[in-house]
Amino acid sequence: MAIAEQAFVLGILETPVGPVPQVATVCAGRDRWGALRVRLGFGRMRYTVEPGLYGVGAPQEDSPVLVTANYKLSFDHLRAALVGLNAWVLVLDTNGINVWCAAGKGTFGTIALCAQVAASRLDQLVRHRRLIVPQLGAPGIAAHAVKQQSGFSVVYGPAMARHLPEFLGRGMQATPVMRRKTFSLLERAVLIPVEVVVACKWALPLSLVLYVASGLLGSASFGENLRELGAWTMVGLWSGIVAGTVLTPLLLPVLPGRAFSLKGGVAGLMVVLVFLAVFFSRSGTSGNGLTGLAWLLLIPAIASFLGMEFTGASTYTSLSGVKKEMRLAVPFQVAAVLCGMLLLIWARRLQ
Amino acid sequence: MTGRGRLLYLKGVATLRLEQEACIGCGMCLTVCPQDVFAMEHGKKVRISEPDACMECGACTMNCPVGAIWVQSGVGCAQAVFNTMLGRSSEACCSLEGKPDGGSCC
Repeated sequence: MAIAEQAFVLGILETPVGPVPQVATVCAGRDRWGALRVRLGFGRMRYTVEPGLYGVGAPQEDSPVLVTANYKLSFDHLRAALVGLNAWVLVLDTNGINVWCAAGKGTFGTIALCAQVAASRLDQLVRHRRLIVPQLGAPGIAAHAVKQQSGFSVVYGPAMARHLPEFLGRGMQATPVMRRKTFSLLERAVLIPVEVVVACKWALPLSLVLYVASGLLGSASFGENLRELGAWTMVGLWSGIVAGTVLTPLLLPVLPGRAFSLKGGVAGLMVVLVFLAVFFSRSGTSGNGLTGLAWLLLIPAIASFLGMEFTGASTYTSLSGVKKEMRLAVPFQVAAVLCGMLLLIWARRLQ
Repeated sequence: MTGRGRLLYLKGVATLRLEQEACIGCGMCLTVCPQDVFAMEHGKKVRISEPDACMECGACTMNCPVGAIWVQSGVGCAQAVFNTMLGRSSEACCSLEGKPDGGSCC
């Protein structure tokens, strides 16, 4: 799509370097719908804006230049923060990846930034020689190298776009709050849908297989087995998934330990206690002890694995730490799942 | 679990190293660090005040003009570790080799 034909472009700004698209600072219904879709994990890798130069408000030769990635969710957060301000926005081509991840991979980097500065002829557009780069872009940008190669100095802006008006109002000074990446309850909660959807990709087919297997393996008729054994198997499996993908993110700071696999495992233990209480009060068949023991292993193991997966969405885990906890936790998770499955089958045979 | 009311990851694993003699006290690492790992000593040299808070993003190493900081940078993502082990670098999700295209991790 041509850069000026994108839905969020209000009009064209005539500038010394030619026409520049002027973008809206108010997100429309389709932007909110798009944000909802990618928050649910659909089409996240194709949610992009055209890289290049944009204007917000009525920018002049002394207006600030803000740099961002071409993931549309990042771009929308940025322009929504710029209500009533005049600024230039320089969008780097990061293949639709957000600033922080793209910086880690190097696509939001010194070379790409200098190339875009040159391609957009910024030196003829603005009188100053400053680029405001998001602080979370720093893993890909060497400020001193950008200065050397492009003549522009890098000023690291706040970690979050919403702090930009205050940052600009203070003469481009960041407060300590603006420099820290937090991981609040709300910031964790918005990540839950993606975690659930990603887990569903293997959990839904697995559910179907286990449900049918329950029907075939039980001691009664196929239909009766589905209603009793099949139903409990579904409740057990999804208790583990909910503990790992919903409870672990929500309760992260209060769950004991530092390792995410441990936090997930504890969330699984909390859930399995509720599960067993209901299971033993409702289910009247023999072999209950073994089945209960099986779920005592299975649910925390599933939750522990999914809790560990949440490291990727979190804001403070290191690769060294993730590798260490995986070396310790994965053998336990695998052993618990194998033992749990064997116990479940054994419990069937005893009936 | 928390120090000064914040989330901290595993103890003693971060690969962050600082060569304090080389430090010129420009404070760039304090600016770019999203986890408040560094502190300025007497306004002259930086020290690592919170090593366990380091998430190995590599922002400090990239932006230290005198190369006084070193960290083995990477993404702290279990799925990326799995993908790398399974040899999936460009499909499903991101991997440690950092193929930017394709993926559902970040």
